[in-house]
Amino acid sequence: MSDGSAAFAVSTGEPIAKAVTARPPARRLPTEEAPWVRRLLIGLAVGFLGLFLLLPLVTVFMEAFRKGAGAFLAAFADPAAVDAVLLTLLVAAIAVPANLVFGVAAAWAIAKFDFRGKAFLVTLIDLPFSVSPVVAGLVYVLLYASHGLFGGLLQSAGIQIIFALPGLVMATIFVTFPFIARELIPLMEELGNADEEAALTLGASGFRMFWTVTLPNVKWALLYGVLLCNARAMGEFGAVSVVSGHIRGYTNTMPLHIEILYNEYQFVAAFAVASLLAALALVTLGIKSWLEHRYAGDLAAGHRH
Amino acid sequence: MTPTAPFVKPSVLPGFRLTIAFTLLYLTLIVLLPIGALLFRASSLGVHEIVALALDGRTLAALRLSFMTSLAAAAFNVPFGLLIAWVLVRYDFPGRRFFDAIIDLPFALPTAVAGIALTALYAPKGWIGSIAALAGLKIAFTPVGVFLALVFVGLPFIVRTVQPVLGELDRELEEAAATLGAGRLRTVASVVLPPLTPAILTGFALAFARAVGEYGSVIFIAGNIPYVSEIAPLLIVIKLEEFDYAGATAVAAIMLAISFATLLLINLIQARARARYGHV
Repeated sequence: MSDGSAAFAVSTGEPIAKAVTARPPARRLPTEEAPWVRRLLIGLAVGFLGLFLLLPLVTVFMEAFRKGAGAFLAAFADPAAVDAVLLTLLVAAIAVPANLVFGVAAAWAIAKFDFRGKAFLVTLIDLPFSVSPVVAGLVYVLLYASHGLFGGLLQSAGIQIIFALPGLVMATIFVTFPFIARELIPLMEELGNADEEAALTLGASGFRMFWTVTLPNVKWALLYGVLLCNARAMGEFGAVSVVSGHIRGYTNTMPLHIEILYNEYQFVAAFAVASLLAALALVTLGIKSWLEHRYAGDLAAGHRH
Repeated sequence: MTPTAPFVKPSVLPGFRLTIAFTLLYLTLIVLLPIGALLFRASSLGVHEIVALALDGRTLAALRLSFMTSLAAAAFNVPFGLLIAWVLVRYDFPGRRFFDAIIDLPFALPTAVAGIALTALYAPKGWIGSIAALAGLKIAFTPVGVFLALVFVGLPFIVRTVQPVLGELDRELEEAAATLGAGRLRTVASVVLPPLTPAILTGFALAFARAVGEYGSVIFIAGNIPYVSEIAPLLIVIKLEEFDYAGATAVAAIMLAISFATLLLINLIQARARARYGHV
């Protein structure tokens, strides 16, 4: 391009031609780094990500197929593995919808209304993120185990929470508690109340307004939150480990099953089950990345009018 | 707000009572009541006994290990997280979207999976572990292994808090600095870095808080040798298995205090940043 402009300048014989040709070609802007610096920084970043993130991920699949596809598949012939997969699906199928309902209700109250103590409420909703998963499990044990606060009461009623499904579900709900609310609140705050107010003015009922105006506006953020919530629900280890009692075939979710296999030196089987969860994580990241792409477009479109 | 102001600002939108009631009920049942039970248990132990339990040699060693390795891992992640955020925001290169997506891997990958993968990698017979062994270094089953697992867990916190702030930074300030004769390095150090500081500190605190409580990705690689590579969350599990509820509660109460302090610190940083830069 600089050649073309120089040729043009020379042909017209203007004095400015000197200035144009004197300028060194492809000079970088003062707010950019030299190409070698840029390449070095990109190389360092990619190298770091490769070493610290990609290598562990690759290891999961390498170890799972170390002894071939037969050994990989044999891991799932074990009835305990099948039980673990089913239990994981069951726990997620209860915990995710529960947090979905909560997330939508909390986002509606927090994003659409102004009330006292709102900032404090948001902090409380974020609380489970900063509590250790082990502590999350422990608090339920302290509450519901036979020595716990409500333990005697539950025992006399014949209800088992700890070392049983309800405990697994509660611990999972606790650790995945903020995901959906956190995705919805900032978006719904940004969108404002005008669309909903217009729907009400036009005579829509509260439910219809929510269903036809609010929900379509936030559907991608909602899906995004559900995905993250689900990935964590299926993969939770610490909290579930504390409340499970490790009863094989009964309270063993997939991550707990991985631990048992690993501690029994059944590495291929452990990594085979782990590779299922890793694949779930990859699918989650893939959809998340795709949503972010399209969701950014949605937001931009929203800003245009 | 004056005391006479209503609890909620009037609005034409329906559903406030229903949704706030449900939110508070659910929050209470799932989060507040269980945490309250822990605090109640801890208070019935008394500060004296908690301190006595915490000062027990093994507990103290575990708390120190958790605290120090978490601090070190979060600090290690700051320059690399900053570098990665910079490269992802400022440069275009093949695979940029892939690397951007993969940042969240530690969030999405179950901790137990990360734990066994890191162990396989860094164990003396693993890909990296065998190279380290040639140099006479042992990574897995030492505090270094704990540190590396916490680096894995904490990285996205720094990148994801810095990235949006860096993306919204006004390039004109950098142009102005360049016009005034500042070199590129000086511009980055004195024009770009200061507004990023609150985000960096927030990311650091988030990574630290997560690392202190981390369990699944650490216990496999740690080797769990008492006094050497045993982390505080594991100690809670061990005490629970021994039906030592008081001991477990005491360790948990100390860890909860650390998380609350970190949470408070994050809120303070963000309040100050908002006052100074008007965002975050």
